[in-house]
Amino acid sequence: MGPFLETLFGGLMTGMLYSLVALGFVLIYKASGVFNFAQGAMVLSAALAMARFSEWIPQWLGFDNKLLANVLAFAVAMMMMVAAAWLIERLVLSKLVNQEGITLLMATLGIAYFMDGSGQTLFGSDIYKIDVGLPKDPMFLLENIFEGGLLINKEDLYAAVIAAALVVMLTLFFQYTATGRALRAVADDHQAAQSIGIPLNRIWVIVWSVAGFVALVAGVIWGSKLGVQFSLSLVALKALPVVILGGLTSVPGAIIGGLIIGVGEKLSEVFIGPYLGGGIEIWFGYVLVLFVLLVRPQGLFGEKIIDRV
Amino acid sequence: MLYRENGQFKTDYRADQQVFPIKQDRIAIGLLMAFAVIGVPLLADEYLFRAILIPFLILSLAALGLNILVGYCGQISLGTGAFMAVGAYAAYNFFVRVEGMPVIVAILLGGVCATAVGILFGIPSLRIKGLYLAVATLAAQFFWDWAFLRVKWFSNNSTSGTVSVADLSLFGVRIDSPVGKYFFCLAFLVIFAVLAKNLVRSHIGREWMAIRDMDVAAAVIGIRPVYAKLTAFAVSSFIVGVAGGLWGFVHLGSWEPAAFSIDRSFQLLFMIIIGGLGSIMGSFFGAAFIVILPVVLNQALPAFGELFGVTIGTALIAHTELMIFGGLIVFFLIVEPHGLARLWSTAKEKLRLWPFPH
Repeated sequence: MGPFLETLFGGLMTGMLYSLVALGFVLIYKASGVFNFAQGAMVLSAALAMARFSEWIPQWLGFDNKLLANVLAFAVAMMMMVAAAWLIERLVLSKLVNQEGITLLMATLGIAYFMDGSGQTLFGSDIYKIDVGLPKDPMFLLENIFEGGLLINKEDLYAAVIAAALVVMLTLFFQYTATGRALRAVADDHQAAQSIGIPLNRIWVIVWSVAGFVALVAGVIWGSKLGVQFSLSLVALKALPVVILGGLTSVPGAIIGGLIIGVGEKLSEVFIGPYLGGGIEIWFGYVLVLFVLLVRPQGLFGEKIIDRV
Repeated sequence: MLYRENGQFKTDYRADQQVFPIKQDRIAIGLLMAFAVIGVPLLADEYLFRAILIPFLILSLAALGLNILVGYCGQISLGTGAFMAVGAYAAYNFFVRVEGMPVIVAILLGGVCATAVGILFGIPSLRIKGLYLAVATLAAQFFWDWAFLRVKWFSNNSTSGTVSVADLSLFGVRIDSPVGKYFFCLAFLVIFAVLAKNLVRSHIGREWMAIRDMDVAAAVIGIRPVYAKLTAFAVSSFIVGVAGGLWGFVHLGSWEPAAFSIDRSFQLLFMIIIGGLGSIMGSFFGAAFIVILPVVLNQALPAFGELFGVTIGTALIAHTELMIFGGLIVFFLIVEPHGLARLWSTAKEKLRLWPFPH
C-alpha cells in the first residue's frame, strides 16, 4: 500500500504540473480557436528570461537580495511575454483570420521555432538555474499509519499548491471580471462578441498574455525542478494528451486530465513498465488518450462536436 | 505567347483525360526528366548529391505520401515519422533476417508493414477529427520511437536501436556511389508520383476529396467513410514507409530511432503546407524548400556575419537558423496560405494570357 500511495501522490503532483502547461493551450484555444503549439516554446523563453534576469538584475543594479531579484526578474519576464503576445497578435494572428485550423497550427509551430531560436539567442543555451526558494528536501507523511511513512517531495507539493492557486485565480478572473466575461463571450462566438462591441484584437492580446503568464509560472516551477534548458520546451508535448483528454475547450478538463495522465503515467511506469522494458511514460498518456477518444471523441469535458452539412 | 493551348484539339476521351493535357506541359516534363536523368549526374558533385539531391528525392516521396492523407483526405497526421520508422526498421529486419533478400523487395515489404501500422493507427480517425486526430496520431509517433529504442528484437539486438545496412546491390550491381543512389531514389519517386497522380484522379481519389471537403455530406451521397479514410491511411503510409526505407537504407546507411523523431513529422507537415495541400506538385516544391533552406542558411549566415565583421558561432548559427526558419514559415503562411503550388498555378494562368492581358 505504501509504495502505491507514494506513486499515486507523485503522479498527482506531476499531473498538476502538466495541467499548468495544458491550461495555456486551453486558454488560447477557447478564445481564438488556435491550437498553440508554441506553448512549450513560451514556457522555455519565459523560464530563460526569468533565470537570466534574476542573475543580471542584481549585477546591473548592484544589490544582493534574492527575493527582490526574483520579483524584478518575474516582472521583466512577464513584460516580455506581454510584448510577445502583442507581437504575435499584430504580426501573425491578425493576418491569418479566417484561415483553416491546420494553417493556424502550422503558424504557431513557426512561432515556436522562432521563439526557441530567439530565446536561446538572447539568453544563451546553457543550463540555468532558477532559485525561487522552493524547498528541495523530501518529507514524510502519515508515519503513524505506514512503516517509514510516505516519502513526498516538498518541492512538488509547493508546485502543486501554486498550480491549484493559479487555477482558482484564473477561474475567478474568467467568471467575475468584465475582461473575463468578454473572454468567455469571444470563446463562445467571435462574430456575436464583435457585434456587441468587444474588440477581438485586444482580447487576443490579453489571452496570449494570460497564456504567457501561465507559461511563465509553469516555466519557473519546471525550471526550478529540472533546470532551464532546451528540453523544457518539450514539456508541451507531455501536456498535449492532457489537453486532448480533458477536452480542448474545458479549463477544469485540463486539470482533471492532467491528474489522470500524471497518475496513470507514474502507476503504469512503476507497475507495468518493468514487464515492457521501461520508459513507457513517454507514450502511455497518448495511448490512453487514444482509447478515451474512441469512446468520447471530444475528450472528457469538451463541448460536443456537432457536424452539420 | 508560347504557353497556350490554342489549336490543340482533343478528339477522344483519352486525349482529354491525360495527366498533362497541354502539349507544352508534356514537353516541359519530358525536358525535366531528361535533365534529371542526363543533366544532373553530369553537373552535380558528390556534396550536392549527398546533402541536397538524395534527401530531396526521398523527402519528396514522403511528403507525397503524407499529402495523400492530409491534403487529399483531410486527416491530419503528426505520426509520419513513426510510419517512416516502421518502414525503415521493417525493411531492415526483412533484409537482415531473410537470406538473399533483394533490397527493393525489402523496402517494399517495409512499406507493407507501414501500411498495416498505418491502418491500425488510422482506425481512430473514424471517430476523431481535426486537431483531436492530430494529437491522437502522435500516439503512433511516441509509441514507435519507444518500441524501436527499447524492444531489442526490432533492431536485431543492437544497443540503443542503432542499425546499419551495407552492400546495397541491385540485380548484382552495387549502388553505393552517389549517382547510383540518386538514380535508385529517382526511380522510386517517379514511379510513385505517377501512381499517386493517377490514384487521386481516379474514383478513390475523388472519394478522398469528398471526405475531406465534408465527411457527413460525403457519407450521405454514398461514400463509405470507413473505406475511404482507411484506404487513404493505407496508401499514404505505404508510400511514407517506402520513403522511410529509402531514407534509412540509401541516405543514412546506419540510423537510430531519433532519425525518425517527431521533428521529422513536423518537417514533413511543413513541406506539404508550404508546398500546397492537395497537390502532387506541391509536395515537390515543399520538399525542395525545406531541404534547401537550412543548407542555404548554414552557408549564408557566416558569410553574412563576416560582412559586418562579426564571427557567428555555431550555436548562434543554429539558433538564428531556427529563428529564420520559423519566421519564413509564418511569412509564407501569411502571404500564400495555399502554398507554393498555388503560386505555380497562378503563374501558369498568367503565362497563358501573356503578353496580352485579355
